[in-house]
Order: sequence, then C-alpha cells, then structure tokens
Amino acid sequence: MLEAPVLIAVSLIYLGLLFAVAWWGDRSADRGRSLIANPTIYALSMAVYCTTWTFYGSVGRAAVSGIGFLPVYLGPTLVMALGWTVLLKMIRIVKANRITSIADFISSRYGKSHLLGGLVTVIAVVGIIPYIALQLKAVSSTVGLLLSYPDIVMPHRSPTMSVAADISFYIALILAAFTIVFGTRHLDATERHEGMVAAIALESGVKLVAFLVVGVFVTYGLYNGFGDIFEHLATHPELQRLANAIPSGQGYTGWFSLIVLSAMAVLFLPRQFQVAVVENVNETHLKRAAWLFPLYLFLINIFVLPIALGGLLHFAGQGVDADTFVLTLPMSQRQEGLTLLVFIGGLSAGTGMVIVETIALSTMVCNDLVMPVLLRRRRLALEESKDLSGLLLGIRRGAIVVILLLGYLYFRLAGEAYALVAIGLISFSAVAQFAPAMIGGMYWRGGTRGGALAGLTAGFMVWAYTLLLPSFAKSGWLPDGFLTLGLFGIELLRPQQLFGLSGIDEISHCLFWSFLANIGAYVGVSLLRPPMVAEATQATVFVDALKETGPVGAVLWRGRAKVSDLQELVGRFLGPARAEVAFAGFARRHGADHHDKLEADAQLVQFAESLLAGAIGSASARVMVASVAKEEPLSIEEVMHILDEASQLRTYSRELERKSRELTAATLELREANERLQELDRVKDDIMSSVTHELRTPLTSIRAFSELLRDDPKMHLPDRERFLGLIVSETERLTRLINQTLDLAKIESGRADWNACELDLKEVVEQSIAATSQLFREKGAHVELDLPDNLPLILADRDRLIQVMLNLLSNAAKFLTPGSGRIRVGLRMLAEALEVSVTDNGPGIRPQDQELIFEKFRQVGDTMTAKPSGTGLGLPISRRIVEHLGGRLWVESVPGEGATFLFTLPFAPLRERAAEQEALG
Amino acid sequence: MHRRVLAGDRLIAAFLVGCVLFNYPLLSLFDRPTEVFEIPLVFAYVFFAWAVVIALMAWAIEGRFR
Repeated sequence: MLEAPVLIAVSLIYLGLLFAVAWWGDRSADRGRSLIANPTIYALSMAVYCTTWTFYGSVGRAAVSGIGFLPVYLGPTLVMALGWTVLLKMIRIVKANRITSIADFISSRYGKSHLLGGLVTVIAVVGIIPYIALQLKAVSSTVGLLLSYPDIVMPHRSPTMSVAADISFYIALILAAFTIVFGTRHLDATERHEGMVAAIALESGVKLVAFLVVGVFVTYGLYNGFGDIFEHLATHPELQRLANAIPSGQGYTGWFSLIVLSAMAVLFLPRQFQVAVVENVNETHLKRAAWLFPLYLFLINIFVLPIALGGLLHFAGQGVDADTFVLTLPMSQRQEGLTLLVFIGGLSAGTGMVIVETIALSTMVCNDLVMPVLLRRRRLALEESKDLSGLLLGIRRGAIVVILLLGYLYFRLAGEAYALVAIGLISFSAVAQFAPAMIGGMYWRGGTRGGALAGLTAGFMVWAYTLLLPSFAKSGWLPDGFLTLGLFGIELLRPQQLFGLSGIDEISHCLFWSFLANIGAYVGVSLLRPPMVAEATQATVFVDALKETGPVGAVLWRGRAKVSDLQELVGRFLGPARAEVAFAGFARRHGADHHDKLEADAQLVQFAESLLAGAIGSASARVMVASVAKEEPLSIEEVMHILDEASQLRTYSRELERKSRELTAATLELREANERLQELDRVKDDIMSSVTHELRTPLTSIRAFSELLRDDPKMHLPDRERFLGLIVSETERLTRLINQTLDLAKIESGRADWNACELDLKEVVEQSIAATSQLFREKGAHVELDLPDNLPLILADRDRLIQVMLNLLSNAAKFLTPGSGRIRVGLRMLAEALEVSVTDNGPGIRPQDQELIFEKFRQVGDTMTAKPSGTGLGLPISRRIVEHLGGRLWVESVPGEGATFLFTLPFAPLRERAAEQEALG
Repeated sequence: MHRRVLAGDRLIAAFLVGCVLFNYPLLSLFDRPTEVFEIPLVFAYVFFAWAVVIALMAWAIEGRFR
C-alpha cells in the first residue's frame, strides 16, 4: 500500500485539497465573506510555528535531552500572554501604514530607509534558507523511509546523486509552484492572502491530529499508558538520566535562553509575522488566539516524551534515527494507514512552513532588495511603461523560485551535516536580532536609523561568528582549528568561548554576545545625535500607535502635487483599474463626488503613498511619491513643532472632553437636585394643607370644651372632669399628630437618621407585643403567636421597626370587638426575605379601601358614625419605613372576616447591605 | 476597574507567573529522581505548570468580570 505511486498520488491529492481550500478562501474574501475571520482559524494559522522540526524533530531532541525540547514552546506561551499589548500594537502599526513584512516594518520605522530594509532582508534570508532546507530534508527523507517499507532503512543520500534523480528537487519545484499560485495570484495593496491562511490553518489541524493519533497509538497501543513507558525506564539505567533531569549540557541557563529565544522567534520569524500580524483580519481575534495557540502547543507536545522513550526502547541498538520515531514506530507495527497519516502530518508541517515563509521572504526580497535597485536606475522609474504590476508579480514569483532553489542547494550541500541538524535554533537566533530594533522602535522615540543599522549589523555579525560559522566548522566546511584555536589562532577569539566566556551552552553564549553587541550598538549610536525629520515623524506614528487619535503622519507634509500624477503613479504599480477604484473610494470618503475635484493635499499624498507601500514597500513608495510631488522640506524644528502641537492638541482635546463630561454630569446632578427640591416643596405644601385641616378638629374640640368650662362656673364636678379629660386626650392627639407629621416629613425628605444593625426579627416582634400587651388585655383580646426560632438575621433600624410593629398592633387593637377579639402574629421565612403578619378578626377592610389606608390622613370607614381615633399617619409612616428597609407592606382582607397586615424584610448579604446603607446615608 | 484594563493586568500577571514557574530556581526544586502518578516529577511539574499558565490566560480573557 505504501509504494511510490500511492505516496505520490496521496501527496498530490492532499496538496490539491489544500489548494481547493485556498481557492475557496480567496473567493469568499473577494465576496466580502471572510472564511478566516474567526479566532480559532487565526490561532491555527499561528501554529505554522510547528514545522517538521516540531513534528519529527521534537522526538529526536527529546531522545537526546529529555525535557530539553520543551522550552521552545514555553517561550511562545509567555509571549502570547503579552500579545495583548505587543502584538496588538504591531497589528495597529501594520494596518495604519500598510506594512507588508518585517523588513518593511523596520525600514518604515527608521525613516523609510532602503538600506535598513535591505539589511533586514539579507539577515532573514541567510537565517531562514537553511531552515527551509531542513523542511525539504524532512519531507524527502520520510519519502525515502516509506519507499523501503516494510523494512526500516535509514535513507542514505549519495552526494553524487544527479539532481534529476533527486526526489527532493521535485518536492522543491512542486512547493515553488504551489507557493506561487497561493501567494502571488494578484497584487494586493495590503498583501493579505486569505486563501493561503485557510489552507495553513487546515494543515495545522491535520498535523496536530496526526501527532495525537500516533501518540495515543504508541502510548496506549504499544505500551500501557504513560506510567508503563516511564516504568520501563527503570530497567534501562542509560535512559534514566533522560527522565529525571534538566539536561546537563543545557543547564538552567540554556533552558532560560531557549525560552527567551523562542519568545522572540514567535514574534519575529517572517512566517509568524506574516500570519499573526499581516494576515490578521480583526484585532479582537488576538484575544482568544492568545490562549488557543499555547493550548495547541501544549497538545502537540504531550506525547513527545512517550514517543521518544518508546522509540528508544523499541529500537534499542538498531541504529534507527530518533528523528524518525514518529514514522518508524507505526511502520514497525505494519500500521499502514497510520503511517500514511503521519506522513501527511509531516508533509503538512513542512509545506505549511515553506509556503508562508517563502511568501514572506519573497515580499521582502521584492520590496526591499530588488525594487530599490530598479528604482535607483532612474531610466526605469521614469519609463513610459504604464503598468508595472506585472513586473512586480514577476519579481515575486522569481524570488519564490530562487529562495526554494537556494533551500534545495543548501540541503544538497549540507546533507546529513551538523549544520542542518542544529539549524532550528540557529535560525531562531538570527531572527532574534530583529528584537532590539523592533521593540525599541515601538516603544522608544529616540531610536535612529543609524542606531538600528549599527545594532542589526553588529548582532548579525556576532551571530554569524559565534553560531553560523561554528556550525560550518562542525560540518567540516571550515578547518577544525577555527573552533578549537580561534580565528588566526588567537585563543580569545574562539567563536564559542568568545573572550574566554565558557561554562554555558552555545545558544546562551551566542545570545549573550550578540545581544550585547546589538543592543549596545543600537542604543549607543542612537544616542549620538537627535533623530532627523523622517525618523522623528515615524517614531511618533509607531510609538503612539495605540493612542486613540490617529497617526499624525498626514500633517507632516508640505508641498505641491497633482492628483492625476499621483493616480497615474499608483496605477503603474497596482494596475490602472485598481488605482481608479481606490481613488474614487478616497474621494467618496472625503465628500467629493469625483476625484478630479480632490485637492492634492497632505492627506491624499499620504493615501497614495500608503497604497504604494503595500505594493512596493514603504521606502520605495516614499521615493516614488517624492518623484511626482514637489515637496518643500520641513526642518526638524518645524516637524518637532508640528508634533508638539499635535500632541498638545491631543492633550487639550482630552482635557476638553474631560471637562465637558464633568459638566454634563454636573448638569444632570443639578437637574436631579432641582426636581427633588420641587418634589419636597410639593410634599411640604401637601402636608401643610392636610395638617392645618387635621389640626383644626382637635383644636375646635379643645376650644369648645374650654369655653363650656369657662361659661359655666357651676358645672358639676363629674361633668367638669369629663370635659377636662377630653381636653387632655385631644391635646395628646394633637401632640401625636404634630410628632408624626414631623417624622413623616423627615422620612420623605431623606433626612431621617437610620441606625442599621443586625437584628433578630423575632426578638423585635416579641418586644413590640410585650409593649402593647396592656392594650390587648384591656380589650380582653386573645393573642396568638407563631414565631419560629433560628431565622436569619436582618439588617435594619431597631427603633423604626418597633415603630412599625406598634403601629400595626395598635391598629389591630383598635378594630377588635371588645371581649371576643383574637389577634395572631406570625413570622415566616421566604426565599430572600422574612415576612411578618398581624391578623385581627375585626370588621375587615373593603377592597377599594385597601390602598387608600396607606395614604396620608386617610381614615376609612363611616366618619359620620364612628369618630376616627388615629392620626391617619401611622400606616403611611410604616410603609415608608418598610420600603426604606428594602421590604414591602400591604394588607389582605375580606370584609367581615378581619384583616391581615403583612410586611417583608430582605436578608440580603450582610456586607453588601451595609455598604448600601452607608451609601444611602 | 475598566474591563479591558483588568483583563490586561491579569494577562501580565499570567506572564509573570509563567516566568517564575518555568525557570530556575522553582524549576530546580522539582528536578529530582522521584515520580508522581508514575511520571517523572520534572515532566509532570513542567506540563502541570504549563497547563496552569494557559488556564490563567484563558480565565483572564474569557472570564466574567464582576
């Protein structure tokens, strides 16, 4: 089943499937329905981080250094925790400036410098091509392995094999064709490739599934779970060291260096920059991807150690390369389907990396190496050729083919040499050199072009000397003496013990020296002189990218240009049709019906430049725009002045916004206060009119009785005593009325004092009943109690609560039939509150009166026959109190059968409740 | 606190926790020849710490803000 035709057919079908997905993705994007606009796809596309170096290589490294393979995945996890800020800022900058590659990013930041863009491109290409070679090697050697199935024979390459007979040459060609179709179908001003991202996400899914399946197969099929595999180790003392220790050759320093290195690689590897920053559809996807991507890394690493140990045990002494365990373990068990799945997984890992990396590199090579050279030859720049977009596409396609062929060439030359095995980390160290210029450029205004050039050059040279050249020496391409004796035999210059630094691994060694040189030169040279105009402008655009007001770039231009010139220029690189559409869109956004009517102001020039930047890089775009627009140079003082003004303006406008917000809030408060005052005024008037009316009744009686007493001095003693008694009781009623009126006014105006404390409601009820027991005894009433124990405490004002209870109880007493009265007081627990009920067997209250009795001075019943004995304020006050305490007071009654007054009090969480009370004052 | 600021602070905290858990000296405390659940201690520790950091990040991003 695993013969060559089958393998080729399966591979081609799989690549065809990928292409179908990519085509579908592109089509959806053209129709405005993005297929990849979702954080899971975004996270999966980031997993292009996991190449064959992960898929096959992790097991190989685990077989040598135990857990030492892992820090390469811990670093990205940590970076993603910071991705919220760092990656977000990168995405904002890239989108605002139409940056398409990491070279463009650095070049654009330091004044749109061609030299800088070119240098970054060279470093990236030198650092990455061996990495591409590694993918070719992995794919071709797995093919070689499978072709010898069912035997397991390590494929050996003969150096004399002709190119035409070499399968990896064809793999490189197929990949080149594939990448061209994916990456350069058309020229896009934003350089985004939705279809490619969709295909890459699919590949990430496939490689994860393949690895998990083979992991489960080895762990639970060949052995009986993790415990079983690790237990086998006990019988193999030579493997014991793998299981138990941080590898001695690496140490904690090496471990730490790898975390740092991989953290930078996941930001600055061209392919990572491409998928995470350039291809980002929506910056909110960053959020979920920030933990999904680390989760992916976690999952794909779970089975690495079991497979490595399983392979070491299974193939002990058979000379099987640990790098191939993922494939050879299923092969050895004659699991053809699984073997094929693993092969497809490895193919996914390899092709995914090659496609994205090559597209990213070809964009850099085209925009930052080739275009500047072509533009420098003014003949071409000013040529009459109307449309250069075809030329641009041609350059990119050529770059893709050249890059892949260089990868193949390196693979041919290096073969099984050390230089290829160690390349993963060597590549990481190369791109880590971008970190100071990138991070510094995003957060420090002082960095200059000179500083960035010096830092990158120094870092790159130290990297080459301490890591790349030694790897050549270890491969036998350089004399051994270079390593052991140092350059020219000078011992201090031994590349991996530079200046005598020893005791740490080679990666830490390189990282330390290269960063020392890189950061030192970057900061040192930057500090030599103040930034120039272009640098200061771009520094502001980059450093302030996260501020709410947009970049100020457009303001920083002064000069004259013609709209038609600009459009023609853009049309030459993007094609006239696209340029027409873009300019028309710009005109619409700025309220002009046609772009002929536009003024070629700073904004339009900026717009044209950013369109061009997407196609040919920001530095070249700058040069091209300058060629058609007559610019008046701004001096550094002017630029700083404009920037200062802009930032002051920002400060002022922020201040203004704050003030106006405060003003709005104050107005609102004032209005509320005013409404409250008016309400209080109304309440006061209300009360005054009711009160004067209510006061008149007792006053009239008092006056009438007093006059009787005065006019009839001979009145009998019993009559006199009766009248005096009436006068006293009416006076008492008057006092009560005045007290309650004041009380109600206080509660309604919110000025009442509330002393909230935790209360046992039962105790309050009992106390109130004790206080009124005399009243009931006088009426000969029977009091029934139903008060359960152990109820939750409530938070309330004790005196007020007693006031409510006394009101209800005395009310009930008032309406009892003397002699046969019965009163029942109950207490029960509801879901979130306690409920108190006071039931009497009096005449009851008619339904239409049941709400009226809670109104002020309303006393129901026939006032003609029965003289009201209360003030008419007891129930309104009680209701206000209960409502203030967060409860409800109401009455239930059937006329003739008595009435039940009920109120609830919540037992909300104590602390919240206390805070609320405090706030209410 | 503002929702976005809080999430950002939680992520930075997750980053710092990760830095501490993944490195010397905490790492060295677990680098000894014993086993938990039949798995060598250092493996179990590193994977566990890793899972903790990822869970923290997921909580910071997806969690409710009350």
